[in-house]
Amino acid sequence: MAVIHDVMPSFGLYQPASVADALNLLDRHGRDAWILAGGLDSFDWLKDRIKRPKAVVDLSGISELQGIRESGDGLEIGAMTTLTEVVRHPAVRERYSLLLEAAEHAASPQIRNQGTIGGNVSQDTRCWYYRTGWFCYRAGGNICYADTPTAMNREHAILGADRCVAVNPSDTAPALIALDASMVVRSKSGERVVPAEEYFIGPGTDITRMTILQPGDLLTAIRIPGTWGGARFYFEKVRDRNVWDFALVSVASAMSDNGETIERVRIAVNGVAARPLRLRAVEDAVRGKARSEETAKLAGDLAIQGALPLQHNAYKVPLMRNLVKRAIRGAEGA
Amino acid sequence: MEEPIIERGTEEKRPISRRDFIKGVIAAGAVATSASYLFRSTGAMFSQSSAQGSVERLITLNVNGQIRRVDVMNQETLAMTLRYKLGLTGTKLGCDRAECGACTVLIDDVPHYSCSVLTHTVRSRKILTIEGLASPRGELHPIQQAVVDEQGFQCAFCMSGFVMAAVGFLKLNPNPTRSELAHGISGNLCRCQDYNKILTAFMRGAEYMRRA
Repeated sequence: MAVIHDVMPSFGLYQPASVADALNLLDRHGRDAWILAGGLDSFDWLKDRIKRPKAVVDLSGISELQGIRESGDGLEIGAMTTLTEVVRHPAVRERYSLLLEAAEHAASPQIRNQGTIGGNVSQDTRCWYYRTGWFCYRAGGNICYADTPTAMNREHAILGADRCVAVNPSDTAPALIALDASMVVRSKSGERVVPAEEYFIGPGTDITRMTILQPGDLLTAIRIPGTWGGARFYFEKVRDRNVWDFALVSVASAMSDNGETIERVRIAVNGVAARPLRLRAVEDAVRGKARSEETAKLAGDLAIQGALPLQHNAYKVPLMRNLVKRAIRGAEGA
Repeated sequence: MEEPIIERGTEEKRPISRRDFIKGVIAAGAVATSASYLFRSTGAMFSQSSAQGSVERLITLNVNGQIRRVDVMNQETLAMTLRYKLGLTGTKLGCDRAECGACTVLIDDVPHYSCSVLTHTVRSRKILTIEGLASPRGELHPIQQAVVDEQGFQCAFCMSGFVMAAVGFLKLNPNPTRSELAHGISGNLCRCQDYNKILTAFMRGAEYMRRA
């Protein structure tokens, strides 16, 4: 990452006051537009001069995108709500501590004070070949520099790679999938509500994007249903250092059990593929079983089926297996 | 040199004529020029014209309780404005990538990395830098006093960022344990590895604040 102590190249700056105005701007500028939320992902791209958008649309002045509201039996979180606001919100603390844990583990205090939940789920991958401007598949080229015999790929994918081996860096994404959240996406042509699981896409779908957002689309809110409020949660993020770092592997699970038997469960991992993965096979296998060491082992072994490590990231396979075990049994059980 | 552009926040508010405003902006430019020896390449960068965008370049900022008028480019970060337009060089630029904390300032009492905030997004907010911590009579803020008393830092390049992060954290958590405080200021790095002394100083500073 080149450190250039200089101002960014110039761009047009637009500061709409409403979602409608923002959508008009995004529509007008199309591919030349860049959505600016907290800016923690954006500024790296702009400062390094890897991305040169003509029109930056700053969402910080749009009040309808901010804050957390009760919605039915769940919550609706405005996309521009900061991670700190998520962590401090009483309803999140009481009923959705899984999301609190995930948000609290992101980056550093100052970044959580500024970074938004919408930005956290929509941020680009941190593959350094891609981030430093190498013309790879994801950047529109025809090679993956992270998947060559001499590549440094300790942080890259073990599952679902398709030419590109980058991983999704979001901490809140697996928690939102486990909570069965949905994403509210608006554009000039209307609004659609998409399950969190389907918001993220892999290279097989579109190698240049991490999410379903197309030019003109704006993530406006995240809805969390009441379904999993107060359930048994598990979140763990393993990283090299305790601040700033992205997950090597993270796991998030929501479970309801009658003391012994697992009745309902959702479990997702991140840091292992280009999108956060919901582990449906694991969910199906453990449902109705005792929350025991045996079940945890079954879950862990099933989770890593099909894993294909690169030169330097084989450690992620047992790491993912053990985190999935813990998600079933708790930290003491694995 | 800075004097003409400062309007004391405590003074009675009076309407600013366009002429006063522009004079203020010109004076702010002079500060930038005088600071540019630190940053030789920026003179040319600052003079580049901005692309088409819809924001007004001449803006008013509330910095350390003072109303500062300044000409800000679309793409300018708050750290750049503070250091090279307003001459407030107490705020340091370490990594310029939200990865070290040296540029931490308070925006509406909340710690932010000023290298990663567009100045145009904080027009209506209250910005506090290390220069604004001491009282108008020159008495150090309790955290600053504690840093002096405990010799909290070695080279101290990271100090202003650390102090601002601690002040922001202590506003909400006035009585932290040592580990809570460590977590609260974990978004700041010290290359001299003085964390132990820094924490000792800030724990003492928290105590001074509670007594004050």
